[in-house]
Amino acid sequence: MKNNAVLEMKGICMTFPGVKALDHVDFTLKKGEIRALMGENGAGKSTLIKCLTGVNKFEAGEIYIDGIDGPVVNKDTLDAQKKGISTVYQEINLCPNLSVAENLFIGREPLTKFGTIKRRSMIAKAAQLMKDMELDIDVTRNLEEYSLAMQQMIAIARAVDMECKVLILDEPTSSLDDNEVEKLFGMMRRLRDQGVGIIFVTHFLEQVYAVCDGITVLRNGQLVGEYSIEELPRVKLVAAMMGKDFDDLAAIRKGENRDFSGEPLEIEAKGLSHAGKIKPFDLEIHKGEVVGLTGLLGSGRSELARAIYGADRSQTGTLKVDGNEQKIKNPIDAMHLGMGYLPDDRKAEGIVGDLSVRENIILAMQAKLGPMHKIPMQKQIEIADKYIELLQIKTASRETLIKQLSGGNQQKVILARWLATDPDFLILDEPTRGIDVGTKTEIQKLVVQLAQEGKSLIFISSEIEEMLRVCNKMAVLRDGAKVGEISGSMTQESVLSAIAGGESNE
Amino acid sequence: MKKITLADRRKPKVGGNTVMLMITIVLFFLLYGAGCVMYADKEFGRLQNFLNVMINNAGLIIVACGVTCVMLTGGIDISVGSVVALTCMFMSVGLAEWGMSSGVLIVLVLLIGVVFGAVQGYCIAYLEIQPFIVTMAGLFFARGMTSVISTQQVSVPFESWFGQLSQIKCEIPFGIGAYLNKKGVVITPYVRITVVVALIVVLITFLMLRYTKFGRSLYAVGGNQQSAALMGLNVKKTRMLSHVLCSFYATLGGLCFCLNTMCGTPTQATGLEMDAISSAVIGGTLLTGGVGNVVGTFFGVLINGTISSLVKFNGKLVASWANIITAVLLCFFILLQAIFAKIKERKK
Repeated sequence: MKNNAVLEMKGICMTFPGVKALDHVDFTLKKGEIRALMGENGAGKSTLIKCLTGVNKFEAGEIYIDGIDGPVVNKDTLDAQKKGISTVYQEINLCPNLSVAENLFIGREPLTKFGTIKRRSMIAKAAQLMKDMELDIDVTRNLEEYSLAMQQMIAIARAVDMECKVLILDEPTSSLDDNEVEKLFGMMRRLRDQGVGIIFVTHFLEQVYAVCDGITVLRNGQLVGEYSIEELPRVKLVAAMMGKDFDDLAAIRKGENRDFSGEPLEIEAKGLSHAGKIKPFDLEIHKGEVVGLTGLLGSGRSELARAIYGADRSQTGTLKVDGNEQKIKNPIDAMHLGMGYLPDDRKAEGIVGDLSVRENIILAMQAKLGPMHKIPMQKQIEIADKYIELLQIKTASRETLIKQLSGGNQQKVILARWLATDPDFLILDEPTRGIDVGTKTEIQKLVVQLAQEGKSLIFISSEIEEMLRVCNKMAVLRDGAKVGEISGSMTQESVLSAIAGGESNE
Repeated sequence: MKKITLADRRKPKVGGNTVMLMITIVLFFLLYGAGCVMYADKEFGRLQNFLNVMINNAGLIIVACGVTCVMLTGGIDISVGSVVALTCMFMSVGLAEWGMSSGVLIVLVLLIGVVFGAVQGYCIAYLEIQPFIVTMAGLFFARGMTSVISTQQVSVPFESWFGQLSQIKCEIPFGIGAYLNKKGVVITPYVRITVVVALIVVLITFLMLRYTKFGRSLYAVGGNQQSAALMGLNVKKTRMLSHVLCSFYATLGGLCFCLNTMCGTPTQATGLEMDAISSAVIGGTLLTGGVGNVVGTFFGVLINGTISSLVKFNGKLVASWANIITAVLLCFFILLQAIFAKIKERKK
């Protein structure tokens, strides 16, 4: 072991059927270091972590952990935990129906000599632990009463309290807002100062630079390099991850100032609303126009889109599609009117994990036709192959189960699903969240291309840069209401001030 | 940006689950109170009448406690009614025809429960077969075995030690609820020994669920199986043990049931599993697992029993009305649970 290293992985190899997932990858983590593990989807980040935590069995290579003689092979996550390697996932792996104290101590509760749980002592210990972590929490309450961010920090507290040497944070910030992220970072820095080595997996580049000391980059299952934060500025990082130059990103059209007022209207919403979620709004979308919905998380972006699509039935107002007034009661009505909706929560609302890529692609098409008109297998295969090719979906075959694909590729499959229905109007809700830079660019290009073909789109994203790149116009939302529109020459500053509501000076 | 402090996220301590339990208990007292007022002339309110509800349902209380434990893990057991029938038949035939001793038979029957539960639990937890299917197979198997043992109604001989148990009256001390009958004799209200057993089971199960690792594991597994596994709990073992416990309680409840009916018939306790499940649901146990309590289940059984008792006291209603009222109550409770779940979601 090198000096100061708490974890060393050497020459890790691992093959999935047909794919070399990891090819002699080395990874070193020092004591008291926060190291980002970066790479595009399918680069092997998750696989490497799963090898470390015992979820996957690796074929070759050795793992050394500080304080343990000889190479370590973990049988499962529990075994890894016992050896000081804890993982906190994006999805919180705690029990919402138990109290915070129980969540912290379950499986290792303080016991009386009769083997029953010392509740009081457990609660006192839990309260102390929360205090040490500078969290202001009532540990006797059920976990579900706290916000996601808080739950995440409780999960971390649990991990750290179990004599953790290596803490793996797998996309911990995806569902957190800025304040919560900052809190989490504070906690990470505190742990680092206590000597814990932290592996931080994220898609947010700015977060890497905000909190990390070092970066390890993987690409196609191979190690690109291990860097300190200073030697790898953002552009170089992206280049290292993608294996190509940054120019490719810039190739996308920069928000051209096209005037759409002459174009026919595809969507004309007047006073649509859904009680408790989105206040009455008007929205016009021309043919070939990309309208961005922007605002803070929870400002009603998705809700506005859902009201148009009929996913949340609108109780007021009128909606004209292609010039004709329509009553949309549910998503099927919307589909028959040529609409498509790509939901933001692709795990819960989008993919059907146990169906193949082909079946997932033709799903919406089939739903539109109704169950009585089965699409012939030959045609299904044709369609599936066409979109796998067109969107460059990385899959072993069209019959592979979608749950075996990486996140970005799953997203492409869902996109293919809607493209297959040949919609005139497509709503994309966070289509690029949690996917790598390369795929992001491809999806952005596709959006622009679809618009050029005369399709109308609603594009929702938390990344303003991305919105600026693809949108012709933006609707600004705040607290469940549409508060304005911006078009023409939009800049990051103008959008930000519109979101923040600078003019109203609250 | 408005800073969201942690204090903002705090909610009153009384959660939806506590409210559910309170509603169950209040409902029981409402039903009972209504009976006391409506049938005051028939002396519905007499303590013995309430105790009779307990006596008639002692077996069900025990069975329902077991079912609750399984439901807490998110599982289900629909075999318990048949297991009760098998127990009754085994006891009756064992005593009356095979000439076995009571003590041996009781141990044997409880052992059958443990083995039965272990097999079901193994299939469910380790072979990962749907609990509904496994316990349905268990339901048919136990019911079939009951008929194999005897197709006739067989009575438990009174002179046996086990038969004598049914005669024991545990009188309520200090003259509580005592009254004079028409002849002027003091009648002291009593319960059967089965009720004492049932109350002990409720107490033990309550303590187990609250204060033991196994009890808390049941909740954890029901809350989120994957998380429970990652937190170092043995999910498979917990699920299997929950079924062992449930079938054990089913045979124990079966013994009490047998003491109440004093016979074994092939069609005995048909649909008892549904009574047990409905009692648990009325008592606030979620079918999805993770939430529930045997105290609630206990009151759930009492509510079901009181409804039957009310229908009986009315005299004019067909007994099926009890089913209809139970159905309405079930809908009411499921609706309440759904509303609480929605509120919770909204607050997030």
